[in-house]
Amino acid sequence: MRPLSLLLAAVLGSLPGVAGAPYGGVRAPRLLSQTGLYAAPGRLDPRNRAYSPQYPLWSDGAAKARWVRLPDGAAIEAGDEDAWTFPVGTKFWKEFQFHGRKVETRLLWHARPGVWIFASYAWNAAGTDATLVPEEGLPDAAEIAPGLRHTIPGVADCRTCHENGRTEVLGFTALQLSTDRDPGAIHGEPPRPGLLTLEDLVKEGRLRHARADLLARPPRIRAGDPETRALLGYFAANCGACHRMDHPLDGLDLDFRPTGRTPGEPGLASTVNRPSQYTLPGEAPGTTLRIRPGDPDHSAVYSRMASRRPLSQMPPLGSALADREALDRLRAWIARAPAR
Amino acid sequence: MTPLTFRTALLAGLSFGIASAAAPDAQIRRGAYLTRIMGCADCHMPLKMGPKGPEPDLARGLSGHPEALVMPAAPEPKGPWLWSGAATNTAFAGPWGVSYAANLTPDDETGLGRWTEAQFLQIVHTGRHLGKGRTILPPMPIQNLQATREEDLKAIFAYLRSQPAVRNHVPTATEPAASH
Ligand code: HEC
Ligand code: HEC
Ligand code: HEC
Repeated sequence: MRPLSLLLAAVLGSLPGVAGAPYGGVRAPRLLSQTGLYAAPGRLDPRNRAYSPQYPLWSDGAAKARWVRLPDGAAIEAGDEDAWTFPVGTKFWKEFQFHGRKVETRLLWHARPGVWIFASYAWNAAGTDATLVPEEGLPDAAEIAPGLRHTIPGVADCRTCHENGRTEVLGFTALQLSTDRDPGAIHGEPPRPGLLTLEDLVKEGRLRHARADLLARPPRIRAGDPETRALLGYFAANCGACHRMDHPLDGLDLDFRPTGRTPGEPGLASTVNRPSQYTLPGEAPGTTLRIRPGDPDHSAVYSRMASRRPLSQMPPLGSALADREALDRLRAWIARAPAR
Repeated sequence: MTPLTFRTALLAGLSFGIASAAAPDAQIRRGAYLTRIMGCADCHMPLKMGPKGPEPDLARGLSGHPEALVMPAAPEPKGPWLWSGAATNTAFAGPWGVSYAANLTPDDETGLGRWTEAQFLQIVHTGRHLGKGRTILPPMPIQNLQATREEDLKAIFAYLRSQPAVRNHVPTATEPAASH
């Protein structure tokens, strides 16, 4: 190597994102076909089981499919119902389709004790295989609406959402797979044969130290009425990764974790009639409420969810398009809520 | 103010770290040195008007844009003069809206008192507000911190934590007027 290119290599190597494999020396394979998702081109490996969380994440309206692969004979440590511990070797995949075309498939892989690999694969135009996306992500991955493009997040952004709680896994939890499935869940998929459930996991002996009455009393969000239940579930999945009191954001006591145990649910206690750190345009500092019953337009939660301006959109990353259905239902729910 | 005094004021700002250089801990001393040569005080310590022109307001330390200084609406970002700054050099208006230099003293409520080292590293690595939110706005030179070695980032954080806490609630950034 010539001195110049040596120097260049040294400089590049010191830039974040360009450095070699930082995560315990493990790298994600270069092609999706090398990750173990498929047994042969276009044919899923039958050991990978499809599942669908009852409260999905909104991602610009993508149609999603998800699979989990638990190592043969291994079990999930399920003593802590809010944070299952997965055996080394566990893999999750999540596929995103827009307008009927596969765009990306994400991988979450417990490669070594304490090491989780995050990767996304962008599908080729022919739909035959997908290639590992660079560490910094891929803007312009697909058109989702006229003039609006879907961005594949970079690894730092994957970690921003996935590394907050005591587990990296967000959608494969006791509540998300509960047999007491919420029929009103926003964008929820109805149960269908072939989707792995809490019951399958118990019967197949995949859960160690789970409480004995897990199936008799499956996890469920405690709410007074069905619409409140659905909205709290939506917040838990879409906002709870960052807004949670066991890992609070500096100075914000906003808590969207579902407990399934407390009747008041923190998602209500920390929002309804509670002051926001954020000031809505036109309001005096310190007077904005997170949820102002009867008045969605003066509720920070509604306004920030409706925004897709870079400074105020919520969630701050992961989508370019606001979730119309969720906004309409939240709006109606706030409007109906009796003012104090 | 003459251009010369303005420049002197900025240079004087670079020497603020000296007082705490007496701290015994080598990591803190290295952090003080780095903070100085990287010019963090240029924006995070407000300038005030002194007898010889603007000078760093040492009493405020690195507490960012003074809470009491409520800025009027910024000029529209247009034409070759695209951005503008407050006389304190702590508030900046441009196409991104208005950004205010953060309080980098270890006050629990208004500064980085409750941040852990891991959170500070996360802010740097993600380039996101609080390590999780919107992207950090100009003119904060986050790219310089991203090119800084991890042990140096830890030293900077250790130094920032070792300063006296100053209670100063910096206003939140505002969006460009046109986007509302
Ligand atoms: C905006 C926050 C956010 C970002 C950014 C994000 N995820 Fe997720 N991800 C979630 C949530 C919430 C779920 C669970 C709900 C669902 O599956 O719809 C999830 C589910 C997954 C799953 C299924 C396993 C699980 O944890 O439930 C995989 C695999 C995954 N994400 C990978 C990634 C990768 C790789 C990236 C970066 C390229 C990424 N995610 C970026 C929030 C995020
Ligand atoms: C990836 C992390 C992340 C996710 C996911 C997220 N937020 Fe936030 N949120 C933040 C950060 C960081 C702040 C603080 C800075 C700010 O206000 O922008 C914040 C602030 C807020 C605020 C203003 C703070 C206050 O005191 O009221 C509201 C309201 C809010 N978020 C609502 C939501 C809602 C609703 C969702 C889900 C639809 C959500 N957030 C999802 C990171 C996140
Ligand atoms: C040219 C002016 C300028 C300089 C020099 C500068 N900053 Fe900043 N800094 C800002 C501004 C403006 C903000 C607010 C940005 C925002 O709201 O997104 C900020 C915000 C921050 C934040 C808060 C990030 C967050 O989570 O919102 C940290 C930490 C920080 N600066 C550290 C430093 C350090 C350390 C240095 C020296 C290496 C430094 N800054 C130098 C202008 C500057």
